[in-house]
Amino acid sequence: MTKDHKGEGNPSGPEVDEVSGIQTTGHEWDGLRELDNPAPRWWLIVWMVSIVFAVGYWVIYPAWPTLGGHTKGLFGWTQFEKLKVEQGEIFARQREHRRKFHAASFEQVNQDPALFEFARAGGAVVFKENCVACHGAGGEGRKGYPNLNDDDWLFGGAVGDIYRTIQVGSRSTHVDTHAAMMPAFGAMLKPQEIDDLATYVGSMNASQPPSVAWTNGRVLFETNCVSCHGAMGEGNRALGAPQLNDAIWLYGGDHDTLVQSITKSRAGVMPAWEQRLSVDDQRMVAVYVHSLGGGE
Amino acid sequence: MSTVQPTAGTDFPAPVAAAPPRYDETILKYFTIAAMFWAIAGFAVGVLLALQMAFPAFNLEPYLTFGRVRPLHTSAVIFAFGGNILFATSYHVVQRTCQTRLFSTKMAWFHFWGYQAFILMAGLGYLFGVTQGKEYAEPEWYADLWLTVVWVVYLVNYLMTLTRRKEKHIYVANWFFLSFIVTVAILHLCNNVSLPVSFVGVKSYSLWAGVQSALIQWWYGHNAVGFFLTAGFLGMMYYYVPKQADRPVYSYRLSIIHFWSLIFIYIWAGPHHLLYTSLPDWAQTLGMTFSIMLWMPSWGGMINGVMTLSGAWHKLRDDPILQFMIIALAFYGMSTFEGPLMSIKTVNALSHYTNWTVGHVHAGALGWVAYISFGAIYYLVPHLWKKPAMFSKGLISVHLWISTVGIVLYITSMWVAGIMQGLMWRAYDEMGFLTYSFVEVVQAMHPYYIIRALGGLLFLTGGLIMVWNIWRTINEPKPRVARPAKPTLAAAE
Repeated sequence: MTKDHKGEGNPSGPEVDEVSGIQTTGHEWDGLRELDNPAPRWWLIVWMVSIVFAVGYWVIYPAWPTLGGHTKGLFGWTQFEKLKVEQGEIFARQREHRRKFHAASFEQVNQDPALFEFARAGGAVVFKENCVACHGAGGEGRKGYPNLNDDDWLFGGAVGDIYRTIQVGSRSTHVDTHAAMMPAFGAMLKPQEIDDLATYVGSMNASQPPSVAWTNGRVLFETNCVSCHGAMGEGNRALGAPQLNDAIWLYGGDHDTLVQSITKSRAGVMPAWEQRLSVDDQRMVAVYVHSLGGGE
Repeated sequence: MSTVQPTAGTDFPAPVAAAPPRYDETILKYFTIAAMFWAIAGFAVGVLLALQMAFPAFNLEPYLTFGRVRPLHTSAVIFAFGGNILFATSYHVVQRTCQTRLFSTKMAWFHFWGYQAFILMAGLGYLFGVTQGKEYAEPEWYADLWLTVVWVVYLVNYLMTLTRRKEKHIYVANWFFLSFIVTVAILHLCNNVSLPVSFVGVKSYSLWAGVQSALIQWWYGHNAVGFFLTAGFLGMMYYYVPKQADRPVYSYRLSIIHFWSLIFIYIWAGPHHLLYTSLPDWAQTLGMTFSIMLWMPSWGGMINGVMTLSGAWHKLRDDPILQFMIIALAFYGMSTFEGPLMSIKTVNALSHYTNWTVGHVHAGALGWVAYISFGAIYYLVPHLWKKPAMFSKGLISVHLWISTVGIVLYITSMWVAGIMQGLMWRAYDEMGFLTYSFVEVVQAMHPYYIIRALGGLLFLTGGLIMVWNIWRTINEPKPRVARPAKPTLAAAE
């Protein structure tokens, strides 16, 4: 170091800053100087208080590792104990209801307003976490995913039927799943025939035959479709064959969509929830879905 | 000032009595330009992410999906923008306050290009799905090894420059820069120990597993905040604030106490990222209590910065560069109070995993890190390119206010969203069922995500205005003459 250092041998020593009247430390770097102010007292006090707080916290809670483990704190607090207490408080609100619900049949649930409300509330939670992705937040469904608010049920709308569908799913991996499967008529009928059939299916309830295509379609329907969908297109829940003479369509009732459905068939899948949810959760969500408006 | 003598063996120019040493400044220009380039890239990617959160259609598969773009954003703003501006300022400050050139210009150039190569290696990796999956330490083993080489060169160059100083004492800014360089090296090495599956493949497996891996990761992650984003930028603050204010640093004693307490306490606070996890209770307690004890040491830097303006407060009225710096210090103080607050277990039980954390980080990142950098860059650019001032002081003000509104929109929307999110997640009804499903909480976030995106867009706009201003400053053909003061003001003097 060749530079003389101010304040350490330099005769000029620390200067006094004109603006504040405070002495500098006498160092200077590239024109920068430092005042010799003390650290603010309030700053030191708050810092000391935070240290005292920390030390107090170490006494009360588990804090420092030791040779054989760690300090346990005055009251033996652990996060797992805290979790147990807080969950216990939540479970306590449900315990009595859950016990009753577990033992009750759907009919008994229906007759006990408090129990019904509990099942509906629990079912709503299960529904919102598991079902809304396909069936929508309000169970309104969308193309390929049934609306759960209406009266149209592929496999039955009684609460027991709904529970069954939830358990086994539709075309799922469950051994007892609903496995209804319509053939793809594209391999069996000519495109013109499918077109006529779609014309008929799209307006089955017409009082007068509106067109030749419609009449041809009716003949084709009676030959190919009535065994599952019924003579009047009323459907068959035992087979999972949808009702066709109403205005409710899973994939759409317009001509092109019907041609598509008849030609290639449809095979939507719902998982079997038996493999994912507890029995009571499945039953609660059945009660909830049944209560949405279409339950039978 | 007494005579500056060349030290034997340096590449100093011929000694001239009392002549200032010729500094390495070209390298500073490169680092500054690189910082601005990556800043704009990082801000833009941030806006894309914010839009993805509000409107999932902005996920452009496969390269620009949220999971790949997120580390691109964090690495671009922290390591590319933050890193380059830290290198620019640390090399500037160390030369200036030591009155000496850099130890080695060649090493500095290697550092520059080596680091930009690291950024490209890391960033391209993210886009192709290459990641270690460790937050803020996503680059895979090959990029990590390369960074280690580059960083050691930086450390050696910086240290050797310090040893050649012409001043007996080491200026406080250099303490902070050095602690940043040394600690980041240690953090990087410890957290990234891993075994590559193959030396011709990108994949590696960490040496650490389970909760130990988590603890080391957050020891790393938290101290990246502590030493990269805090200590490094405090070093910047300690030079450019007193320079811009033209005042002495408020308290030498405070700077010593808060420096040592900050670096000692910060290193313990990492476990507060793992409260209520499988981390043992005792480690959680230590993480929380050290965070609380860290509050005042952090504030020491804010006090010293703000109080340096005592006697120069009037300069704040019409100096937007100083305004940037003071707002930076205010956000620094705010977020270093918020941090300890959020480390308290009961608060953390609400805030953890929510947007509050995101807001907190951005209060520090936008308000502190970016603002102190903007202040330093606005000081540096005319200085390095030998211009009397920035091209437009008015545009600095426009930048200041646009991005301040952006920050306020960002952090307030995230506060509201985060606290709402935490409260909705934990809400139970009287029958003991969760009141809200996860997706309902996501839905409730939507308006706040839009506000956040707007805030980010304003911040990016401010950055673009800055780039324009810098461009014009550098390319200004003739020195601008300072406009005379308005007569009305002159009369009031």
